Amino acid sequence: MTSSTQPSISAQHLVRRFGNFAAVNDVSFRVEKGEIFGFLGPNGSGKTTVIKMLTGLLPLSGGHAEVEGFDVSKDAEAVRENIGYMSQNFSLYTDLTVSENLTFYGRIYGLSNDHLRKRMDEIIQLNGLGPYIHRLASQLSGGWKQRLALGCAMLHEPKLVFLDEPTAGIDPVARRQLWDLLFDLSGHGITFFVTTHYMDEAERCSHVAYIYFGKLIADGTPDSLRELPDVQPAGTLRIEITTPQVTRALRLAREIPGVRNATIYGQSIHALVDDHYDLNGLREELLKRNIVVAEIRPLAPSLEDVFVELTSKHQAQQEASRE
Amino acid sequence: MNNVFRGFSAVFYKESLHIRRDFSTLFFSLIIPILQMFLLGYAIDTNIRQINTVVYNADGHRESRELLDRLTNSDTFHLIRYVNNDRDLNDAIISGKCRVGVKIPVDYSDRLLHQTGAQVLVLIDGSDSSVAGQAINVTTAIGLDESLRRVLANSDAAFPVEMRPKILFNPDSRSPNFFLPGLVAVLLLNVTTFLTAFSIVREKERGTLEQLFVTPVRPMGLLLGKLLPYLVIGFFELSMLLVAMRFLFDVPIHGNVLLLAFLSLPYLFVSLSLGILISSKATSQAHAMQLAFLTILPSIFFSGYIFPRETMPKFFYYLSYLVPAAYYINITRGIILRGAGWVHLWSDALILFLMGAALLIIAARRFHNKIIMA
Repeated sequence: MTSSTQPSISAQHLVRRFGNFAAVNDVSFRVEKGEIFGFLGPNGSGKTTVIKMLTGLLPLSGGHAEVEGFDVSKDAEAVRENIGYMSQNFSLYTDLTVSENLTFYGRIYGLSNDHLRKRMDEIIQLNGLGPYIHRLASQLSGGWKQRLALGCAMLHEPKLVFLDEPTAGIDPVARRQLWDLLFDLSGHGITFFVTTHYMDEAERCSHVAYIYFGKLIADGTPDSLRELPDVQPAGTLRIEITTPQVTRALRLAREIPGVRNATIYGQSIHALVDDHYDLNGLREELLKRNIVVAEIRPLAPSLEDVFVELTSKHQAQQEASRE
Repeated sequence: MNNVFRGFSAVFYKESLHIRRDFSTLFFSLIIPILQMFLLGYAIDTNIRQINTVVYNADGHRESRELLDRLTNSDTFHLIRYVNNDRDLNDAIISGKCRVGVKIPVDYSDRLLHQTGAQVLVLIDGSDSSVAGQAINVTTAIGLDESLRRVLANSDAAFPVEMRPKILFNPDSRSPNFFLPGLVAVLLLNVTTFLTAFSIVREKERGTLEQLFVTPVRPMGLLLGKLLPYLVIGFFELSMLLVAMRFLFDVPIHGNVLLLAFLSLPYLFVSLSLGILISSKATSQAHAMQLAFLTILPSIFFSGYIFPRETMPKFFYYLSYLVPAAYYINITRGIILRGAGWVHLWSDALILFLMGAALLIIAARRFHNKIIMA
């Protein structure tokens, strides 16, 4: 029944109200099969609420959602059979061993003993959990806990896996290994729905969306978002200025007419300037103000820039509509 | 796959592992009820005997001493103090050193001799109603008996009416026989209501419950999988309590032990379901503890365990029909003391089973709605 055009997730005009408060307000998006979909937004903006709605844990106040072809409002059980879910705190039973945790989740999904053994071997191989198989989950480090949790969520071969902040609080090596694993699995056609706070993780997603206080304000590939007119307004230029005196330089650079926005990144300043400057013109302006410029070059906006621009634009719109 | 019990065997497997891993918790929850049975079984005696008694014998003749001997021989009174004036008599009672004061007036034996009606003053401390009641009954009875003897002393007539009470089932009125069968009901709550409530609330605290609800497990499968291991533990605890009762406290079991075991299942089921219901409400283990304690007091005071239900005010009497322990105590006392059988007790068991089923269904619905809203 799955056709090649059918998306993994199709969410149309999702609304979730708690009393008078709309935690999720008219959110629509589509996640294609095999995508790594990065779902971003500040804390309390509705990310977890959306996940709960898509997994059938929270009834919709409005709208319609299909996950792997099943209506979440009508057929939540079928949805749950086809998805995996890994929550922020990994939700493992810390007093059970690695293999007991896997066995439990396998049985929950009704895998037969033979099938379960085969899948456990596959997962253990894939995740490298072999040496720890008889260790209690409480004795694993954060990275291994997270691999075990991912293994538990994938035993039943789901086509779509929800990962709610999978890398919160784990070390950078484990973080990178997890992403390598996700790429590997998505190559096999598994779809991932990942929430994260890390912008470098967002950059790795094949599709990102940004939710801000219940409203979806960005949705697309990282590259398409960088080219949005709101992010890169016509007649502007995004540049990077490397200087030894960033703090002083920032203060002075903001005084230059035509500099719309400037922020420090390590030893450099990222700025959005009117394009009547060329790089040399700008360098002169900076020198006039006694700023030593080591390097100055054009810059593509980062996803963080994208979300900052879109958020401030959205706030401005809301304030305007309130007046 | 439309099985309402889906996930049951997986949850049962996991829960059994938890119990084995956390052996110390299990050990203490099994041992503490046994210790409590020891303490209460040896300490509590509902038979009122040897009440501390102060005597002011102003008369001092043989007749007055005979009367005091009869009080002593009743086993109800323990004459611990003799005083010589009214003030000391009062003081002994006010200070709490004695519960009963007996004053034999100076003309007691004279009046007996002249048959003009002798009086004895009995002061009773009313601050403990059961002690006071017993003191009144025994002194009145001794008085009547003494009077009748003297009236009938000079004739051949027998006592016109003689009551011959015969106490069935617990002829010696041994307290353990009366107390322990009820105590079993209260102590079982420790391993049933408490342990199940904790086990689910712990999953709430860890966030694993939320994880479970994203799997196809059904609320009923989850709850029964949680409940069954504790049913086994509860049953084990019941056996230990019964063994202790039978062999340490010498309480004979007049009825069929297997019937008792079988009819205990519905009670265990109710108290486990109650634990599950509590866990659907509680947000932390401390919270669950408070709620579970709320169930213990009614089980002690409204179940007939200590105070007979029949003497309660109407409102509370009807309220006590809602207390599962009331039905179970009827079952335990019925089988252990009265040798009652299936015909006498099936309705109590049925009511317990229905209560358990109702609580479990309510809990499952609450979980269904609540996890979803969390």
